[in-house]
This record gives sequence, structure tokens and C-alpha cells, in this order.
Amino acid sequence: MKPSPFDYVRATNLTEALALLERHGEQAQILAGGQTLIATLNMRLSAPDWLIDITRIPGLSGITLTETHLVIGALTTHREIERSALVAQYAPLLGQAAPHIAHAAIRNSGTIGGSIAFADPAAEWPACCVALDARFVIQALSGERRVSARTFFRGLYDTDRAAHEIITAIEIPRERAPRRSVFMELARRHGDYAIVGVALLGRVDQGRLSDVAIGYVGAGATPLLAQGAMAALEGQAADADVLARAKAALAQDLDPSGDLYNSPATKRHLAAVLLERAVKQLLA
Amino acid sequence: MKQPITLQVNQNTYDIEAEPRRTLADALREDCGLTGTHLGCEHGVCGACTVIVDGDPMRACLMFAVQAEGRAIRTVEGLAAGATLHPLQQAFIDHHALQCGFCTAGFLMLATSLIERADPPDDQELLDALSSNLCRCTGYKNIVNAVRAASVALRQR
Amino acid sequence: MTSLDGGMGHYTDRLLHCENAVSASFAFHPVDGQPFVGQSIPRREDARLLIGRGQYINDLALPGMLHVAFVRSPVAHARIVNVDLSAAERAPGVHLAVCGADLLRALPPVQDQQLPLPAKWKTTVSHKIFDPRQPLLAIDRVRHVGEAVAVVIAESRYLAEDAAERVVLELESLPAQVDPEAALAADAVVIHQNASSNQLAEFAIAKGDVESAMASAPHRIKRRFYHHRYAAVPMECRGVAAQFDERTGSYTIWSSTQVVHWLRREASQTLGVPEARIHCIAPDVGGGFGGKGHVYPEDLLIPFLAHQVRRPVKWIEDRREHQQSACHSRDQIHDAEVGFDNEGRVLALRDAFIMDCGAWNPVGVGIPYNTASHLCGPYDVPNAAISARVVATNKVPNAPYRGAGRPEAALVTERLMDLIAHTLGLEPMEVRRRNMVSAQQMPYPVHLPYRDGVSIVYDGGDYPGALQKAVDAIGGLPAFRAEQAAARAQGRYLGLGLGSYTEGTGVGPFEGASVRIDPSGRLYVAAGSCPQGQGMETIFAQITADQWQVKPEQVMLTLADTGAISMGFGTVASRSTVNLSAAIHEASTRLRKKVFAIAANLLECADEDLELRNGTVAIKGVPGKSVSLADVARASRPGWDSKRPAGMDAGLEETYYWEPSTVTWSYASHAAVVEVDLALGRVKILRYAIAHDCGVVVNPMLAEGQIIGGAVQGIGGGLMEEMAYDSEGQLLSGSFMDYLLPTASDVPSITVIHQETPSTLNPLGVKGLGEGGAISPPVALANAVCDALSEYGIEINSTPIRPEAIWQAVKTARASHA
Repeated sequence: MKPSPFDYVRATNLTEALALLERHGEQAQILAGGQTLIATLNMRLSAPDWLIDITRIPGLSGITLTETHLVIGALTTHREIERSALVAQYAPLLGQAAPHIAHAAIRNSGTIGGSIAFADPAAEWPACCVALDARFVIQALSGERRVSARTFFRGLYDTDRAAHEIITAIEIPRERAPRRSVFMELARRHGDYAIVGVALLGRVDQGRLSDVAIGYVGAGATPLLAQGAMAALEGQAADADVLARAKAALAQDLDPSGDLYNSPATKRHLAAVLLERAVKQLLA
Repeated sequence: MKQPITLQVNQNTYDIEAEPRRTLADALREDCGLTGTHLGCEHGVCGACTVIVDGDPMRACLMFAVQAEGRAIRTVEGLAAGATLHPLQQAFIDHHALQCGFCTAGFLMLATSLIERADPPDDQELLDALSSNLCRCTGYKNIVNAVRAASVALRQR
Repeated sequence: MTSLDGGMGHYTDRLLHCENAVSASFAFHPVDGQPFVGQSIPRREDARLLIGRGQYINDLALPGMLHVAFVRSPVAHARIVNVDLSAAERAPGVHLAVCGADLLRALPPVQDQQLPLPAKWKTTVSHKIFDPRQPLLAIDRVRHVGEAVAVVIAESRYLAEDAAERVVLELESLPAQVDPEAALAADAVVIHQNASSNQLAEFAIAKGDVESAMASAPHRIKRRFYHHRYAAVPMECRGVAAQFDERTGSYTIWSSTQVVHWLRREASQTLGVPEARIHCIAPDVGGGFGGKGHVYPEDLLIPFLAHQVRRPVKWIEDRREHQQSACHSRDQIHDAEVGFDNEGRVLALRDAFIMDCGAWNPVGVGIPYNTASHLCGPYDVPNAAISARVVATNKVPNAPYRGAGRPEAALVTERLMDLIAHTLGLEPMEVRRRNMVSAQQMPYPVHLPYRDGVSIVYDGGDYPGALQKAVDAIGGLPAFRAEQAAARAQGRYLGLGLGSYTEGTGVGPFEGASVRIDPSGRLYVAAGSCPQGQGMETIFAQITADQWQVKPEQVMLTLADTGAISMGFGTVASRSTVNLSAAIHEASTRLRKKVFAIAANLLECADEDLELRNGTVAIKGVPGKSVSLADVARASRPGWDSKRPAGMDAGLEETYYWEPSTVTWSYASHAAVVEVDLALGRVKILRYAIAHDCGVVVNPMLAEGQIIGGAVQGIGGGLMEEMAYDSEGQLLSGSFMDYLLPTASDVPSITVIHQETPSTLNPLGVKGLGEGGAISPPVALANAVCDALSEYGIEINSTPIRPEAIWQAVKTARASHA
């Protein structure tokens, strides 16, 4: 399990990296944390001619606050997000989700930008970004654009990012008072990819839920926003009937495929169990 | 195409020649002669190749040697202080925390980064962290006990 | 292991420095006169492994060494039309590329080298066996995904893999046999053309009169049980390195194997050179658990290639190769029936089962015969009839793995015990107690032949006692039932599961030890056993130290090296401590006679006046009148001024090959308390206890390590690990992403209770324990989950216990209740 040969360039600035991407197109791969990429290279499931290492480009890492957004540089590692006080204050959901991403040794290298770009539907960050209505800052030589997380993920491992573009940052809208959040996922073992997971945001006022957002991990070809369930819960006290309606709505919201150990029907069932448990925890 | 790469391992400098595709694990083992770091899966799951890079545990199979240039690497060979075993190594003997020894270096480096921190890990944190590596012999109980004991011993030194 | 050091000379100084320094940390000084056997002495193996100076096969670096990559079949079953090596041969750094057809010309196949079955077995057990011999590379057909088709040798593993990608396989696909029952159908494609069907073996054994006992039994239960396929999966995959020495025409083979002498024998046959020209060494081995317990094609191919290229050659199996070419295990379907009376006493047990052996059958009927001969377990079963069929499919071959057929037997028998209890409204523990062979019945004849051909006799122990201790350790039965009821009232589902077994250990035919004393006074012990982490260097030093009244540090061991002892069997089947301790004992006893004779000559006294005292040979009752073992060794040397008694030959060395009369029986009971999350189908183990008897415990700390390590493998198999195939014969568990080994978070705290009944079949009274821990967990957990879900009447009769299956069963049960 040794990778195929490739040429390696350690880009020193963003323009250089973008120029290399323009030149080599699909033959080039961006190397960030490498925690997924290098495993696939070792298995020769992927064999790019060029690997463009962007990890030492200054300015792509770190967590900052603007007037309107919490901004997370694409090269920020999972571990940094897990430990960030700013994240804990302004997007606690991310801090709750981070411990579910693999293990510390992986989180020390893996980056949020890499996770978003790879777009594994079983990964945690994409679903969190969808729930948080985050947007991604995407850079090409021709300029910069911003794309909503809710439109960025197009299909299985397929995104709105073109081969010559680099995600430089994740921007999460600042809220006057951050919503409550719960992240829950089921994995066969601690640290495994999720079978299914849920990212739940909402406010609770006298037992009633509002501003509800629900993102799902592992419940379709892309991270999903469970809009039916969100509508069922919005403005409601989460009693048994409401919960039943929300869970029923998941039938339309989700479209899981089976894996080695779980059929689609099982995943739908587990997704519903998780929703109920997450709502109860949000209310608690 | 091989290229010159300089690695800092256990505070020694190794000037090697390697292709960009050479993983850090292979470079350590074959170019630096540091065979204490083992490869158990080469896809980042088993953790046998765990080394410490700039203070954090990382999988040496999921990093190319060229990426490790300029970073401080610690491997199992650097754990003992000369002739004196690291408290963790001694704890592994005392608690029978290894059998075949193949996963051991990975567990030692993972645990080292954990117990050398300023704040000692609590039991749940310890278990979570140690769950990142696989051992097929011990059933883990003795590894967890050894790391806990070493964490205490390290702070009493 | 000087050869290994040769390749790493430039690091040796540092190593020696460290080793000297750390040796103090495990030097052990017990109270004078106390035997070392029985003490938890820290391991002498640990220091080198902890400082990163272990010497595993992949650490071997010889000058000019070349590296190997295999081309393996991407499909389960196909005819090989053509293997085009031309592009691979032209690839950078390539020295040689070989396919099966090339190999057939260069290295014609030899006679079947399977382990011979004892004549006593062959005459007692009705059987039919056809064992096709696996070629070193596939020739006309590929028979499982991962079977080696071609091999490339290059300057590095990276280049070898580059070239292997350029090998073009032209394959004509054949229907894949994935289901062993379907493979037995009359119209099924036959996997081995020389066989008449896909059934490769069958046998049957019986005692009493099952037909009439079953017919007249007041109650009968018949069920199908399936123990799924999983595997040893050591952290170190396999690996082989070899070197050909032009001067002597000899080979050195380093292999990550459990059986160096067996490898030497097969290599001798295959390569056509005498055994004396082959030296096999297993260096530090990163776990085996049976998975490295027989000779694989690669073990023989790599030395052949080293001869071809006249350079050292190394192959290191990667994890993907391991999953799809190192043997899997278990995989049996049982149709079993038990007849019992109103008190729950078993009257008759009948079982017909199929083992899916995969594409080849490397160890014949070894595993299924273990299953059959262990099926009655610790119970007094008056009538039994057991028959087995071994069926070929297009999967990885099936070979022994920790337990080797016994977990499958335990699944059947221990589930039946619970089903009897459920039928009669009795406690499962009570049903076991009523059926168990009691301590008073020992030694107990089972009246079935063991695989050594000897009629089985349980040689001692207290089976109900172990059961009681295990249940007491999880809190006792009444307390648990109260806890279960209280939890149920809160909507939580707790269950208690039991699993008991007996295990024949220390199987023959033999193991040998050579004991030598040199003029430094040190004891050198060489033996054919091959450790993979059991701590043999430590425990055999303990055993030898007691034999000679010296400190363990004075004993040097050489294991897993054919150069050190001329015959050996290897480390499989929970046999090394049993057989080797006896061999060390016998060799030492013989050598002691000579030592005493020379010492008597030196001290001018009679042999009978002497005793061993603190590392010396001393005159009984006379302080200060002694000679050291070093003195005796010097006196024993050949030469003009020898101090030997007249007529005595020179040297202090004895070799003894211990041939056990038959196996000695270990046993244990496991008790598991679980909680089941009904909505998710998840099983959490709350408590787990094991009461076991392995006779005299040599090193309690290490024994406990073996038992807990084995139990966690059993828990992994019971709940998570699975070698799954799709209907096309594609392996779905090909990486560690899909093959789920337990992690630290997945295992409970396990209580181990030693119950010590010394074996009467060997001088030290020991019994084997390496495998036992892995036998009971799958069925103990299945029983626990059934107990937790008893109100739904759910039966778990197959493994692994998947969350999805639990949830589905609960859903179905709820629907039918509603």
C-alpha cells in the first residue's frame, strides 16, 4: 500500500497554488491535512500527477470574528476548532461535533477546509455547516466568491468547487445570542465515520422551539437539511405528537443508502431515534 | 524523483534523499533507520505508526516525509532519557501493557503527548484518547492502567 | 539473531547501551527458596520492545535486499486465460516478474505436505478427506479475491507496486460460490476440478444411542446455529524474507510464522534441498493467534525468488493483502438437536454441521474435528452423534484461529443450554449445574476420540465450581435478578449470559527442549516453540530457574529458530507451556545426573549426597561445601585436563522431546451482564467475569493477560468483527475501515478468577490457556442479549450480534405481540 509517484509542490502563497491548479487541472490535488487523501493515495484509489501542499500558505488558518461572521480559515484543524473559545461562544455546535471526528491524532492534522472540499456525507463538518447556514469563501485566480453551504454540496463527493478553486474560509453567521445546539451521532465504534448523525439548532422559550435547524450526517448522498422536520418543530412545544410529526417528516427529508451493517430502513429508524433524543436534550 | 529532505527526529538531524511519495513512516524506518515506528494498516486506522509532530500525536502513514520538513518529530527511540526509561515505558513493564509489542510504540507516543500536557487527563479522556489506536493482544485494560499510572508518576517526579 | 543485527550494525551501540541500562528494571529477586513458577515476574521481552528495538520481519535490512509486491485476483472465481507480465518487466527497478505458469515450469509441485493424521484417529473415526494442494501462485484458475496470481521483485516496495499495476490479467469469470450449502448442490460449479464436488471432507463420531435416546426424550429442541467468519487479524501482517547462500547452497528464511520447523520441512520439499540446508527463524512476531500457524504459499515462494535473483528478497504483507489472503476462520452452520428430560438433563445431542473452508483447506479437518470433539463441553452427555462436512467456496481459506473450532461448538451447546432453561422455566445456570460433570466424576471418560486418536478423558477440575465463581464475580444470581427487575421497571433491559467450555490443550505429537550449561554457569535453553507475545522467554526462564535453583536472569532462551534445535512443532493450539515445560523438566532431570556426577568427582563425595543450592551443587547439610554450575561446566569440557569421572563423555547438554500421552483439559465459565438499548439495538457490556482453570499458573500476570486478550478477541467477534462477502464473492471487510476491531472504549473491565487444578499428565501440572479466553464471549453475549430481551422471546442463534438484527427482532416481536 504505497502511493503512485507524483510531483510535489509546497505552495508559498495562494496565487502560486491557484496558478498550479489552473495549469494542472484535474491532474492536481490539493494537499491540506491529508488525513483522507493520503489514505486513498496509499491504497492507490487515487493517483494524481501533482500534489499541491497548501498547508504552509500564510493566512489560511485560524479563527476570527468579524461584525457579521465567525470566520474559520480553511486550514484550521479539527483540533483547533474543538479547543477554540471563540467557537465555543459563537458556534458551540462545532465544538460539540469535533470530538466525533475520528481521533485526536487525526484531528491534529485534518482541516475543516479539506473536510468540506471532500464532501463525505458521513462527515461531521458539512452537516454542521448546512445546519448553521454557513457559507464558503472560494478563491480562483479570477477572483473570490461565496457559496452557501446549503447549495454547495451537489452529490456524492460532488461540490460546487471547480478543480481550479480553493476553499479559503468558512463563514458562520453571527447571532446576537447563539442558539442552543446538540450534536449526536451513532458510529459503530468511537471515532468511526457516522452511521447517521444529527446537528440540531434552536431556541427554547417556555418550552417552545424556534429558529430550528437540523442537519443530517450520513442520511443521503450529501449532508441534508431536514426541512420537513424543522417545519414540524418550529414554534411548537415538542410533545409526543409534534415529535411524531417531525420524525414522520424525516421520511421525505432523508434519503440514506445502506452500508455494510445497516440497511436504508435501519438508518431512517436510527435518524428518527436520534432526532427525538436530540430534541429532548436541547430542551433539557 | 528523489529529492533531499531534512528531518528533525528526536533532536537529531537526518539528511535523506526520498521521493515526495515516501511516507514519513517509511522515511523514519528505512531512511533514518528508526524501525521502532511500525506500520499496521497504512490507512490511518490502527495507529501503530503514531509519532509526535510539533507536540501532537499524528499518523506517520498519513504524512509524507517532505511535509514533515522543519517540524520537530519524536519517535519511540527518543523516549528514554539515555539509559533511563521514560516513566511510561516503565509503567508498561509494570502493568504488562504489551504482549507482541507491535502496537506499543504507537501507544507510547499517543500516551506521551497526553500525559506530558500541563493538565492531566481524566479517566474518560484517557479512554477516548487511547481508543484511537488498536491493540490485538492485551485487551487494553493494562494499557489504560499503565498510562494512568505513568501520568501520576510523571507528575510526582 | 546475529543475522538480523548484521543489517543494522550502525545502531547496535546505542541498543546495547540501553539494554544494559534497562536490564536492572526487570531483574527479579524473590525470597530465597520460593519457586519462580507462580510469580508475576515482569517480562524480559519488554525492554527491547519498549525502546523501539524489537526486531520484526520488516525491520530486517540486508545488503542488496529486493522487495516484492503481489498481483492478486480481483475476482472470486475465474479461469486464467493469460497473464501478461511484459509491461511490468520493463518497469523501473524491476528484477523479475513471475506468474503461476512460469512457476509451474521452474518449481514443479510436490506431494501433499499436510499435517499427517495419527493412525489411531484414522482407524477410529469414519472420514473422507480430499485436500487439494494450493500452488504457490494460481495456475489455471483463481479461486478467491486476493489469491496471488503473479509476483514482482523490484528495488523497493514502491517500485514493485508500480510494476504490479502494469501486469495485465485476462480472466474468464466463473460463477462464484459464496454460500456453502448452495455449493453442495448437484449443479454447482466445482471449484477444484480434481474433486467430484465442493465437499472436500466429511467425518462422523458418536457415543451411545442417539436415535433411541432422542426418540424417547420428553423434550426436544432443534435449531440452526451459525458462527460467522472472522479472523486473527494480528497487528503485524505476515512477512517473509529469504537469502540464498551460494557457498553452501543453503537458504535462510525469516518468516513471521508460528511454525518454523514445519516451514523448514515444507521448504525442503518444495525447494528440493535437505532440511540441513535451510535455516528458518521467526524474529519478533507481532501477534499470530493461529493466523500464522501454518505454512503459506508466500513462505515458500520468497526463498525460491531469492534463489532466482541471487539477492535477499523481502515481502511484507500489507493490510489489504492480509484481509484478503491471510486465512479467515470460524464460518460454520450447525443443525443441532437436543433431547432432555423434565429436569433439564440432556439425554441426547445430535449435530450435523458444515464448515465453509473457502478456496483451500490448509489444515484438513483440524478445525471441524475440534468442534465435534468439544461439542459436549463440560456436560455429562450420555448420547451424542456429530457429523461434519467441509465445503469449498470462493472465499479466503479457513484455518485455525484462537479457539479453532471450539467457539463454534460453544455457540451450539451453550445456546442449547439456555433454550432448555427457557423451555422448562429454569435458570440457565441451574440447567448447566445439573448437566455438568462434577468434581467427583473426575477423571471423566467422554467416550469420543480426540484428534490425537486417544479416547477423551477429562483429567480433573471442578466445572460447577468455576461456574459459581464466575456468576458470583458479577454479583451473584439473586442479586442480578433483582437488579434486572429494578432496571426493567425503569425501562432498561439488562441480561445475564453464561458461557462454559472445556478445551483439550497441550496436544502432541511433541515439543523438545535442549538444555545446556556453559563455563559461564549460564543455562541455555533452545526449543521449537515460537512466541508472538505470550512472554515465553520469561516463563520458560522461570521454569528453568526452578529446575536448577538459579535466578531466571541466568537462563538464556533461543526459540523459533531451527538452527537451535533439530526438531520442533511450533506454537499453536494452546500447547507450548504444556509440552515445553515438560521437555525442559525432563532434559534438566537427565542433565542434572551428569552435573551431580561431575560435581561429586570435584567434591569427592557420592552423587546422592548432593543437592542444588543457590545456583551451586552442594553437599547436603554441609554449608560452604559446594561447586558452582560454572565449575561443573568447566570440568565437563573435553580436553586433556578434564575433571570428569572416568568414562563420562564431555559436555553438559541434554535434549528431550516430550511426547504427551494425550491432551490435558482446561475449562472455564464466562458470565456477562449486558444492557441492550432497544431503540438502537446496541449492546453495552456492564460486567464480565471469567473463572478458569489452566492447572498450575506459571506467571499469573501473564496468564491474566492471555485470558483477557483472548476474551476481548471473543467480544470483538461476538459484536463487531466480520469477514463479510457479497454475492459475487467480493470481500466487504477489506480494510480497517470496514473490519471493526474493538478499541479501548469497546471493552468492559474483565474479572479473572484462577481456579487451580494441577494437570496429572505433565510434570509441572500445567494446562494450556492461550486460546481459551476467545471461546466463550460470542455465546455468552448472545445468551445475555436473549436474557435481556426474554419478554420478546427473541433468540440469537447466529453471530455477530448486530445492532440492526436486534432492532429488527424487537420490531418484529412487538408487531406480532400487538
